[in-house]
Amino acid sequence: MTAVTLEERLGTAWKKPPLIANPALRWGLFLAAAIYLVLAVASIDVNWARVAEGLSRGWAFITSFFNPDFVSRGSDIRDGILESVIITVASTVVGILISIPIGLGAARNIAPLPVYLVCRAIVALSRALNEIIVAILLVAIFGFGPLAGFLTLSFATIGFLAKLLAEDIEEMDKVQAEAIRATGSTWMQWINYGVQPQVMPRLIGLSMYRLDINFRESAVLGLVGAGGIGATLNTAFDRYEFDTAAAILLIIIVTVMALEYLSGIIRAKVQ
Amino acid sequence: MPVSQNASGTKIWQLRNRNQTLVRWAAYLAGVAVFMWCWQRISEATTWFFVWDAPRIAADIGGRAWPPRWSYMDKLWGPLWDTLNMATLGTLLALVMAVPVAFLAARNTTPSAVFIRPVALFIIVATRSINSLIWALLLVAIVGPGVFAGLMAIALRSIGFCAKLLYEAIEEIDPTQVEAITATGASRWQVMAYGIVPQIMPAFAGISVFRWDINIRESTVLGLVGAGGIGLQLQSSLNTLAWPQVTLILIVILAAVVIGEWVSAKVRGAII
Repeated sequence: MTAVTLEERLGTAWKKPPLIANPALRWGLFLAAAIYLVLAVASIDVNWARVAEGLSRGWAFITSFFNPDFVSRGSDIRDGILESVIITVASTVVGILISIPIGLGAARNIAPLPVYLVCRAIVALSRALNEIIVAILLVAIFGFGPLAGFLTLSFATIGFLAKLLAEDIEEMDKVQAEAIRATGSTWMQWINYGVQPQVMPRLIGLSMYRLDINFRESAVLGLVGAGGIGATLNTAFDRYEFDTAAAILLIIIVTVMALEYLSGIIRAKVQ
Repeated sequence: MPVSQNASGTKIWQLRNRNQTLVRWAAYLAGVAVFMWCWQRISEATTWFFVWDAPRIAADIGGRAWPPRWSYMDKLWGPLWDTLNMATLGTLLALVMAVPVAFLAARNTTPSAVFIRPVALFIIVATRSINSLIWALLLVAIVGPGVFAGLMAIALRSIGFCAKLLYEAIEEIDPTQVEAITATGASRWQVMAYGIVPQIMPAFAGISVFRWDINIRESTVLGLVGAGGIGLQLQSSLNTLAWPQVTLILIVILAAVVIGEWVSAKVRGAII
């Protein structure tokens, strides 16, 4: 930037400084973004006739939200939702139980290096694989049914919870843990009274959040045959039974809202 | 139960009294009972013969899936480009729609806290709680299979996420700066542009890149329901039991996810 004296500035209007100071970089980025956008938009061929034809169906779907049909496929919906809830609860419980030791192992300040590396590798693997892909593989191996969904979500929970728990442990207050150690505690007592009280509120909050995520995910596992409401939803869309689909979606939305509200209350209580 | 005693055996300290302990044990009992019931239901719905057979099946599939068929890569560049476009354009479209929703939902910028804010909050919850695969399913039924359906699915799913984080950022802005701009006699839009927008700009950039990273992951599987991208290839390879191709596609997806995460981490590091 060249120095600007007050005399030069007098009488000229103020101009907003640009976001990126270097003009070459600014225009270069701008141009690159523009070229990419043109190429990307051009490569999407939209069949507008098909879209126009589908608009009436889209409208039918939106209106069906105002008179959802809970009854005509009532038993399918009930069984599907119940199975989703069962998968959610079971996989969250198992996921939390497994992710606690892995989370302890993945925290650098309490675990030795080999344990740390193994646990971090498990976390990275679990986070990199999409739930649906894991579900496809597990369905191929274990057969159709809720067991595959349960295993998928447990595995996904480990990556999420263990990582955040480990980060929380790494940020804990060392002084408290040291005080417990100074009393001559064993390793278990040290974890139980020095570390656990510090991370417990966060762990409870994260577990509630994961319960919420697992329910949402369990709704799509049925698409690949891993149990839950997804299969019913898929059938409803395939047969253009939008009123049933709307009913299922409303149930999902209301459940997620209720869970979010509940987790808000619990988190406010423990923190 | 942690209890301290003195030399003569009298209790001098106890972590919880009897009632608290009983309540705790009752809660544990209820939790275990619920879990066991869930497990029983899952177990009833499972064909255990297949599960005992699983190691052999897994070894069998593994044997067929290796080595990956590298020559199939030629056919994957197109779908990969589509996947990238779905994620990027979907994120852009979502941001365009999320910004007004966020301003309507934030307590300090909403025009009406009684009528408009609940509507905006409902849009946020509704779009957030429906998975992008379900959106894709719906849009494939409405606009037909293809990249366009996937793009719209990504966009709709991301509105709630971006708007939620953005409205929380708007609610946390420093009101004194807004007041200072207002005091100069600025109009409503000028207050927005010079008082509020500069304060939420870093959060906005962070949210966009973060969501783009998530969308790369999600767009790789949207093809499973017919919404274009590399998932389409995955589906057809799975249907024809072409396991070497499945392995290659999974490797490509994993690479895409890792590169996406690396790019977003770099960009976020540069912005914030």
